[in-house]
Amino acid sequence: MAKLRQCAIYGKGGIGKSTTTQNLVAALAESGKKVMIVGCDPKADSTRLILHSKAQTTVMHLAAEAGSVEDLELEDVLSVGFGGIKCVESGGPEPGVGCAGRGVITAINFLEEEGAYDEDLDFVFYDVLGDVVCGGFAMPIRENKAQEIYIVCSGEMMAMYAANNIAKGIVKYANSGSVRLAGLICNSRNTDREDELIMALASRLGTTMIHFVPRDNAVQHAEIRRMTMVEYDPKHKQSDEYRQLASKIVNNTNFVIPTPIEMEELEELLMEFGIMEVEDESIVGKSAAELAA
Amino acid sequence: MTTLSREETEALIAEVLEVYPEKAQKDRAKHLASNDQTVEQSKKCITSNRKSLPGVMTIRGCAYAGSKGVVWGPIKDMIHISHGPVGCGQYSRAGRRNYYVGTTGIDTFGTMNFTSDFQEKDIVFGGDKKLAKLIEEVEQLFPLHKGISVQSECPIGLIGDDIESVSKKAAAAIDKPVVPVRCEGFRGVSQSLGHHIANDAIRDWVLDKRDGAAFESTPYDVAIIGDYNIGGDAWATRILLEEMGLRVVAQWSGDGTIAEMMNTPKVKLNLLHCYRSMNYISRHMEEKYGIPYLEYNFFGPTKIIESLRKIAAFFDDSVKEKTEAVIARYKPMMDEIIAKYKPRLEGKKVMLYVGGLRPRHVIGAYEDLGMEVIGTGYEFGHNDDYDRTIKEMGDATLLYDDVTGFELEEFVKRLKPDMVGSGIKEKYIFQKMGIPLRQMHSWDYSGPYHGYDGFAIFARDMDIALSNPTFKNLVPPWKKVAAEEVKKAA
Repeated sequence: MAKLRQCAIYGKGGIGKSTTTQNLVAALAESGKKVMIVGCDPKADSTRLILHSKAQTTVMHLAAEAGSVEDLELEDVLSVGFGGIKCVESGGPEPGVGCAGRGVITAINFLEEEGAYDEDLDFVFYDVLGDVVCGGFAMPIRENKAQEIYIVCSGEMMAMYAANNIAKGIVKYANSGSVRLAGLICNSRNTDREDELIMALASRLGTTMIHFVPRDNAVQHAEIRRMTMVEYDPKHKQSDEYRQLASKIVNNTNFVIPTPIEMEELEELLMEFGIMEVEDESIVGKSAAELAA
Repeated sequence: MTTLSREETEALIAEVLEVYPEKAQKDRAKHLASNDQTVEQSKKCITSNRKSLPGVMTIRGCAYAGSKGVVWGPIKDMIHISHGPVGCGQYSRAGRRNYYVGTTGIDTFGTMNFTSDFQEKDIVFGGDKKLAKLIEEVEQLFPLHKGISVQSECPIGLIGDDIESVSKKAAAAIDKPVVPVRCEGFRGVSQSLGHHIANDAIRDWVLDKRDGAAFESTPYDVAIIGDYNIGGDAWATRILLEEMGLRVVAQWSGDGTIAEMMNTPKVKLNLLHCYRSMNYISRHMEEKYGIPYLEYNFFGPTKIIESLRKIAAFFDDSVKEKTEAVIARYKPMMDEIIAKYKPRLEGKKVMLYVGGLRPRHVIGAYEDLGMEVIGTGYEFGHNDDYDRTIKEMGDATLLYDDVTGFELEEFVKRLKPDMVGSGIKEKYIFQKMGIPLRQMHSWDYSGPYHGYDGFAIFARDMDIALSNPTFKNLVPPWKKVAAEEVKKAA
C-alpha cells in the first residue's frame, strides 16, 4: 500500500478551513481512501460534519478528566464517522486561560505514541487554528508530521495577506525539514475575477491554485444537518466539486518551498485586480472632519 | 602563595581569556579586573548584572530562586506556594539553612514544600482553579499560618495565569494576606531580579497593611533587614543590638514573620546587612516613611565595632554608652580567639566567589585573622556592589564578575590561594586540587558567622579547613606521574 500522506490545512480564520477539509475528506473516503482528521483548534469543530455531532470530546478534556494524558487509550479519543473516517480533536482551554498551543503538542504526541497513524491509513489531515500564533500551532508542520500544506483562501485582501504569511511560516520549516506548500484552495466568496487573482497569487508564491471551490448554499444546508456534501446530497454539483478537489490532491505531486512576496508586491497585485485602491498619501492620518474642511 | 603586580594580574586575565572565541573574550574581559583603589566608580573598570554567556558554566540562579529562596522563603509563619511544576519547589526546599523557632507544620513552615505540582492539563487549561483549591486546602490543613505567597515558576508567565485575581479573592475569603509574586525564572539575568520583584511585592501587598494601626513605639526601634539567619546569623546579630539598648522590631527575613514585616514602617532605623537583596525595600521605606537605612557589617570584630558605633551614632548617649560597654565586654573574647588562631592562619591567602554581600563583607573577618583576600567576585552583583568592594580589596587583587567555571579554576591554579571560599559547586573541584574550600553560602553546615559569637565559629572553621592535614597528603591525579618519578629517582 501507498505511503501515508500527512496534510495540514491552514488559512485565515473564518475562511472555511474546517468545512472545506471535512467535505474534501468525505470525498476522499467515498473514493475508498482511509483518512483521519486531527482537529488542532481549541474550538473543536473540525469533525462535526463527519460525526454528526456538536463537538467531539477532545484529547485534552479527556486527559484532564482522567488525570493525565498517559491515562488515556487511543480508543477513548478516536471516533469513526462517515466513510470510516477516523476523527480526533486535540481540544484546549476556553479563551483567555492556559495554553492552547501546548494542547496541540500534547495531543499530537499522544497520537504518535499510541500509534494512531497506523499502516492502513492513506491520509491524515490536520485542521489548524487560523493564526499560527505560537509554536504549538506549528506542531503539525514540524519534522515527521505533515509534509503537504494546503492554504484555504479567497479573493479578499485579508485572506491573501494571511496566505502569504502562512507561506512565510512554511519557508522556515521547509528549510529545516520536509514540509512543502502543496497548493492554494480557493473557497470562493464570489468576488470579481477571484479565480484569476488566486491563480496569480499562487504563481507568485511558486505554487498553483489546486482547485476553485464555487460558492453554493447547499454547503450550508448540509452543514445545518451536520453533514458533508457527499453524504447529504451526493448527486449535487457541489459534491462533484469536492470530488474533483479530492482527486486533484490524490494526484498532486507539485510540492514546493514557497516564495512569499513582499507586502508591496502583494498590494500591487491587489490593486491590479481592483481590490485595493491606489494609495492616496494625502489622506493618510486625516480625520473625516479634516478631509471635509 | 603568590602576590601579583598590576601588570601581572592584567597579563593573567589576558592569558586566561585567550582560549575563548573573540566575541566571548570581548564580553568576559569587561567582567574581569585588577583592583585599583583609586577608582571611585566601579563602572570604569568592571561590568556586572549582564546576561551570562551560553556554555560558560555560570553558577547563577534565577528570579524564582531570588524571590522564593532568598527573600520570601525565610518568612516562617507564611506558606510559600511554588506555583508550577514540582521541581522548583522541591529542589529549593530547606536548602538555605534559614534557621527559625517554631513548630514546623503547625505555626511555622520554613522547611516544607508547597507546590501546585503542574501537570500537562494545568498548562493547557490554566492553573488558576488549582491554585484557588490549593489555598483552600492550605487554610484547612494549616489554619495557624499567617499568610500565603504565590511564587511563580516559569510556566505561569508563559500561560498568563491570573494569580493576582486568585490571590485577591483568596485573601478576602481567608482574611489573611495572599501575595502574588511574578518571579518567573526566565525574567532577568540572575536571581537578582527576583530579589527586586520580591521586594516590590512586599511593598505592594504587605507594607501598607498596617498603616495607621496602633503601635507602641520606642525611640530605640530598629529592624534587621537582609539577614537570612543562615546557621543562626540573625540571632547572633540581634543579641548585640539588644545589648546596645535597641529594640529589634523585625527580622527580614531570617526567622521573620509577616507581622514583623508589617510593623517595620514604624521603626526608627533600618539596619541593612545584605544590600543586594533588600536595598529596594529599604529605599522605599526611606522615601515613603522617612526611615533611614544604614548598611552595616557584622563579620569579624573590626567591622563589628565599626558598625556598632555607626549604628549607635543614630541614637542618644545611653545607647552610645551601652555600645562602648558591649565592645569592651567582648574584647577579651575576641583577643583570645585572635591569639589562638592568628598564629596558625597569619599570611594565608583566600579567594572568594559568592553572592549577595559576602564577597566584600567577609574580607574584614579574614583580615582580623591575619589572612588576605586576593580575589573576589559576585555571582549576581551590580556595580553598586563593586563600588563598595574596591576599597575593601588590596591593590592589584583580582575582581571577577559572574566568573565562569574555567576562569575561576585557572585563576586559582595561578594565584595558588591557601583556601577558597565559595559554594557547593566549587567545593570538590578545588578540594580535589588540594585546596581547602569553605562554603561561604551555607557556612558549610556550620555557623552562625555574624556577630561576636559568629566570629568565634568562623575562626574555628577556617582553622579546621586550613590546618587539616589531609590536603598536604593529597596528590592530585595530574601530579601523580611526577610524584612517582621523583620516588623512582630517589
